Amino acid sequence: MKVPLAKIAHTRSGDKGDTCNVGVIVYDARYYPALVRELTAERVKSFFGEWVKGKVERFELPNLGALNFLLHEALGGGGTVSLRIDAQGKTFGAALLRLEIDISE
Amino acid sequence: MIRIANGQGFWGDWLEAPVRLVEQGPIDYLTLDYLAEVTMSILQKQRQADPSLGYARDFPPLIGRIAKSMLDRNVRVIANAGGVNPIACAEAVRKAAPGIKVAIVLGDDVFGRIDEFLAKGYRMANLDTGEPVTAVRDRILSANAYSGAFPLADALATGAHVVLAGRAADPALALAPMIHHFGWGAIDWDKLASGSVAGHIIECGTQTTGGNCQVDWQTIPDMGNIGYPIVEAEPDGTFVVTKHPRTGGRVHSDVVKEQLLYELGDPKNFIAPDCIADFTTIHLEDIGPDRVRVSGVRGRDRPANLKLSISYANGWKAMGTMVYSWPQALEKARIADRIVRTRLESLGLRFEEIYTEFLGSSACHGPVAHACPDPPEVQLRIGVRGDDRKAVDRFTRELIPLVLSGPPGATGYGEGRPPVREIVAYWPALIPREEIRPSIEVLG
Repeated sequence: MKVPLAKIAHTRSGDKGDTCNVGVIVYDARYYPALVRELTAERVKSFFGEWVKGKVERFELPNLGALNFLLHEALGGGGTVSLRIDAQGKTFGAALLRLEIDISE
Repeated sequence: MIRIANGQGFWGDWLEAPVRLVEQGPIDYLTLDYLAEVTMSILQKQRQADPSLGYARDFPPLIGRIAKSMLDRNVRVIANAGGVNPIACAEAVRKAAPGIKVAIVLGDDVFGRIDEFLAKGYRMANLDTGEPVTAVRDRILSANAYSGAFPLADALATGAHVVLAGRAADPALALAPMIHHFGWGAIDWDKLASGSVAGHIIECGTQTTGGNCQVDWQTIPDMGNIGYPIVEAEPDGTFVVTKHPRTGGRVHSDVVKEQLLYELGDPKNFIAPDCIADFTTIHLEDIGPDRVRVSGVRGRDRPANLKLSISYANGWKAMGTMVYSWPQALEKARIADRIVRTRLESLGLRFEEIYTEFLGSSACHGPVAHACPDPPEVQLRIGVRGDDRKAVDRFTRELIPLVLSGPPGATGYGEGRPPVREIVAYWPALIPREEIRPSIEVLG
């Protein structure tokens, strides 16, 4: 069964220079295995498409039911250099909530 | 147990927060974080213009306002408000609150030591790009080492009411009173890591008590009266995150998890000046209303290098906007963008980048935004940046003519020409720990 990520997880995102970090946290621990299986670095990279010029790294925090993604070269230069309205990537986490993921066992 | 609060997540956070934290319930230490990555460069410029400035100017009047309550309730303040001129800041605090004793931690400011470091062979390569700092040497505006909690703890040991630092690392502000009060040593890695995690949890103020929180955000109570975070720290390193009773907001493990992940890199390697914390060992437990217990944090040896925060001048930028209304608002904004670009081109102006966004359509989420077929209005936002200040300045005059010479229905230009801003860029680098020698000075 496919659902938008928003159904099973919440997110918070922020910046480190031109890298955006997106933390993804499941509401219920039973969905964590599906999150780990489905929400790969490659999927996040292809989801954001042209907006992420560099690589995407993924880290697991099973203790928090969470994944942390680092999206490199994703903020138009980052910090004070970027001309974007969301130069700090504050809304990247919300954007990811649209991604459809398969939560079948 | 000691109570450590945070009443300022960044310079510009709510002015009432520190006052309420001191007066609305018990706390022992109030931490205030004023510095973001490029704040030091802004302060350096202010100091160049006026040698008595270069610190967070909101801080001395705040201490003036809370001094009596601090003394009555035995609350001590730890802040990185000193910026690039902590001594001037301390003097201003003494003027605003004569009964307050201030201890200043010095030694983080290495603006005057860059050439000495280069001569010693330190490349201070940009941690993101690998470029040596010599590439921007003549444009450096500020340079500071992120210093740790031990000098702050030494400053607390002087009995000062206010401990004032320059570029102390954010989590160090909360860790320092734990070291001071519990007598933790320099190799108590798990405890230092736990205290650093506590610092990370509260350093962004209400981001851990319900602010900017996605979880059931509509039901978070009384945000107008939101409580700022308090850590109840135990000698064994465990702690409880909470807030004052009868304040708004929510402290829950879901909220704390969001803050733990905020601006996080590799969770097994959270590098603080005093230790490395492993975020995959953190255990959270909801133990009551607005109470989250944190335990299990493991840490290990501190890194050999300290992080340097260097800022440098990197050209000029300006952003201008224009609003287009229904019908065909997005199409109008796209055509207006093309008109501006044509005119910039015909003027022969060169920029490193011209960037256009359509607010109301795709600005925040770019390629993943869902298209809205015919929105009631769209804001065109064009930004340019480059080394030529004159070109950027000319750009700022190219938007308003659109009102009469572009697509129909342009409005929202009331604020006139946008300002030209200097770009102060951030250069993260490393320096061997031994090069940074903190010292303490006491006033009062």
